[in-house]
Amino acid sequence: MSASDTGYRADALIGQDIAAYLKAHEEKTMLRFITCGSVDDGKSTLIGRLLYDSKMIFDDQLSALEAASKKSGTQGDAIDFALLVDGLAAEREQGITIDVAYRFFATEKRKFIVADTPGHEQYTRNMVTGASTADLAVLLVDARQGVLTQTRRHAYLVHLLGIKHIVLAVNKMDLVDFSETRFQDIVGDFNRFAADLNMAPPLAIPLSGLAGDNITGRSDNTAWYKGPSLLAHLENVELADNAAQKQSFAMPVQWVNRPNLDFRGFSGRVAGGTVKPGDKIRIVPSGKTSTVKEIVTMAADGSRADVSEALAGQSVTLTLNDEIDCSRGDVIAAADNPPLAADRFEASLVWMDEAEMLPGRAYELRLGTQAVSARVQAPKYAVNVNNMEHLAAKTLGLNEIGVVELATDRPVVFAPYADSQKLGSFVLIDKISNATVAAGMLHFSLRRAHNIHWQAVDIDRAAHAELKDQKPKILWFTGLSGSGKSTIANAVEKKLHANGKHTFLLDGDNVRHGLNKDLGFTDADRIENIRRIGEVAKLMTDAGLILLTAFISPFRAERDMARAMVADGDFVEIHVDTPLDVAEQRDVKGLYKKARAGELKNFTGIDSPYEPPEAPEITVNTTELSAEEAADLIIDYLDKN
Amino acid sequence: MAVLTHLQQLEAESIEIMREVVAQVDNPVMLYSIGKDSAAMLHVAKKAFFPAPPPFPLLHVDTTWKFRDMYKLRQKAADEAGIELIVHQNPQAQAQGINPFDHGALHTDMWKTEGLKQALDKHQFDAAFGGARRDEEKSRAKERIFSFRSENHQWDPKNQRPELWSLYNARKKPGESMRVFPMSNWTELDIWQYIRLENIEIVPLYFAAPRPTVERDGLILMVDDERFPLHEGEEPLMRSVRFRTLGCYPLTGAVESQATTLDEVIQEMLLTTTSERQGRAIDQEAGASMEVKKQQGYF
Repeated sequence: MSASDTGYRADALIGQDIAAYLKAHEEKTMLRFITCGSVDDGKSTLIGRLLYDSKMIFDDQLSALEAASKKSGTQGDAIDFALLVDGLAAEREQGITIDVAYRFFATEKRKFIVADTPGHEQYTRNMVTGASTADLAVLLVDARQGVLTQTRRHAYLVHLLGIKHIVLAVNKMDLVDFSETRFQDIVGDFNRFAADLNMAPPLAIPLSGLAGDNITGRSDNTAWYKGPSLLAHLENVELADNAAQKQSFAMPVQWVNRPNLDFRGFSGRVAGGTVKPGDKIRIVPSGKTSTVKEIVTMAADGSRADVSEALAGQSVTLTLNDEIDCSRGDVIAAADNPPLAADRFEASLVWMDEAEMLPGRAYELRLGTQAVSARVQAPKYAVNVNNMEHLAAKTLGLNEIGVVELATDRPVVFAPYADSQKLGSFVLIDKISNATVAAGMLHFSLRRAHNIHWQAVDIDRAAHAELKDQKPKILWFTGLSGSGKSTIANAVEKKLHANGKHTFLLDGDNVRHGLNKDLGFTDADRIENIRRIGEVAKLMTDAGLILLTAFISPFRAERDMARAMVADGDFVEIHVDTPLDVAEQRDVKGLYKKARAGELKNFTGIDSPYEPPEAPEITVNTTELSAEEAADLIIDYLDKN
Repeated sequence: MAVLTHLQQLEAESIEIMREVVAQVDNPVMLYSIGKDSAAMLHVAKKAFFPAPPPFPLLHVDTTWKFRDMYKLRQKAADEAGIELIVHQNPQAQAQGINPFDHGALHTDMWKTEGLKQALDKHQFDAAFGGARRDEEKSRAKERIFSFRSENHQWDPKNQRPELWSLYNARKKPGESMRVFPMSNWTELDIWQYIRLENIEIVPLYFAAPRPTVERDGLILMVDDERFPLHEGEEPLMRSVRFRTLGCYPLTGAVESQATTLDEVIQEMLLTTTSERQGRAIDQEAGASMEVKKQQGYF
């Protein structure tokens, strides 16, 4: 029996009673699924076959296909269904699919959107992209090859993306003589692996995409197989939509609709649950409550439609009975069960950019309609997608997957991904290149979640520091004029900044021109100078900053005074040790020359003493180290302390 | 539990996309071709922002060679939506008298591709909605919903931003822009079904009527005005025809048809065995031609 005899042809009803046909078509539901498999598993052929058998190919396409099959097909004079699906010119030359392509077909019951995703290792990101919107995944296995590393990888990814329905499509059964034993071996193999992932055994179907077995109807060649054909299963599987309806109501606000002073509506797509006029709602994160006044949508004729209930998945505009603050990024939720807000999370992350993840760097995080700044810590571990082993990792590169902790600069309304795709999925965007660099799935919040009753805590030094994810420090550079303090301090600051640290450099000249311009160079003024700098430094560490100061600060007592102002361990004295003759030889500002000529009085090293530190945290010998090397030494110290 | 039908889902998704654009970019515009896909897209836009009018203008990149019936509907549709209509005609194409009869591919390139770039640059639009669908053509099947364009309006199919869940990234640098395709996941049948359900007005050319036509290179062309240069001995013939797609009238092939109602048109569409774009001369080149055009900035 060939598959094209079995139905899914242009419906007789179309010719006989178009109105009845259209009525039936209106009631159709929609299923989105992905196909994944290794390069030669026959994915494109299978999709081409589905399109062909459901009459989605027109005559002109068919004649073009026949011509192309002869020219570049792999099936001799027979139709190469894969050519229907491979889109971009470059791919056609390479003979492989390299991106996500979406295909459409419909049967009597459902409309289908297929994401065709690539089998090549370097394109994990495309598969994850396709899987993110899918209700179901078809995992292809070549019956001759069995379960391969790629099969396991794809299974892991669809599991990671939370796809509930998985079909193990054992393809090319015609090439193993439709052997039941071979089929069962493969299924057993896969199920052992699935158990390791805590994944329920999928529905396994023996297929031939090329010959059409078990695609639209059960094949006589596999009389031993009692399950449904692929299309029959796709038509009957439960939709993810159902689950969303049963959740508590939540709607991220996309846009505030305010055409005039008399109307203020909140537009969004319902993420979960249902809502009716009169329902009590709560705005998260503010916690304010109100009731729904109306659900506003437009009727076909342009007038206002009378809507009594909005369902999960619908795009609506709500008006409320109270004038309360609510804007894009807020979530309108059922008053008695609103989602929580938090600012520290554990999440799975799939890295999708050529540039690897930079731990500590601030990325833009998009979750629902919220956009915040987020910092990712070095991964707890990366996952080897071939065997699911956890690996130690300092970063994640393109197509790598790991579990990370991240901190946002303000609370984010969220739900674990397992509970809500809409409130648990996020992307990270590089703020400079604007590229989408990662996809993430939240596991849980790490700190006590700030629920809607969260109390204002005193924002103290620790809170400032925690938000910046750093230890406040004062890096106090001391040394002769021309020793290289500013150069090294600059280099250190650049490195810290590149690592996402919040820093500030206080330079002697800048302070002298502003804050301390009333001070001269008498001993009293020198002490007052350092006292003020010490106070400023203390305020900045209270604000959570890493402060760098570059002053000669020749006297031990002054430096000790500054050290005493701040907490133990905060003060890092760095002696930039350059012999006087070397500094004088460099004389970058020409000051030594003036001092020797008597034009500058009280010049340190000439007619005023320099008291080297007795126990500095760090000593930098500039005759042995370059500024870069010195900066690395200091960064290394900070990493360890 | 109630489950949304596929049309309800598609509409909700398109509305969500349009609202995201309005929330994320500074100066969006909706490209309006006056065809049925544009009509459906404009209708969705009205719903997305109701009771406010859609907060962006309509832009028609005009070639001066559209069907007369299309020009008649253009202003009316904008007025009914309560939004501004911007019409752009490439002044160079105008000055050089570029036309589809004498200039072939150059006509599309100058009026449409260049004209679109000019209009977007002139008004500094940073996002443009288009009604293209992924089921229309192979290179479109792979394009993102938010499709990024360089400062020179170029599309790089190898370097598209990953687009996951319904999280759309419209961040860009000054001068760069997005093309946004809110109807990406609709099929031709979905569009027709929606037009029927929502009673959306479309250009009468979609319905069969006796029209003056000539047959050239296998295409039935309508002699829509006196600019149509007839070959020697060529005589326009009245045929009952309709159009499956609408573009410049000298480039758009008609099909012979008796379908005068929406249901009959849909019926014919479903029973037909010729794909939609075949009526457009522009697509009858090599298989990858649309992809090349898109890289150059064609919508």
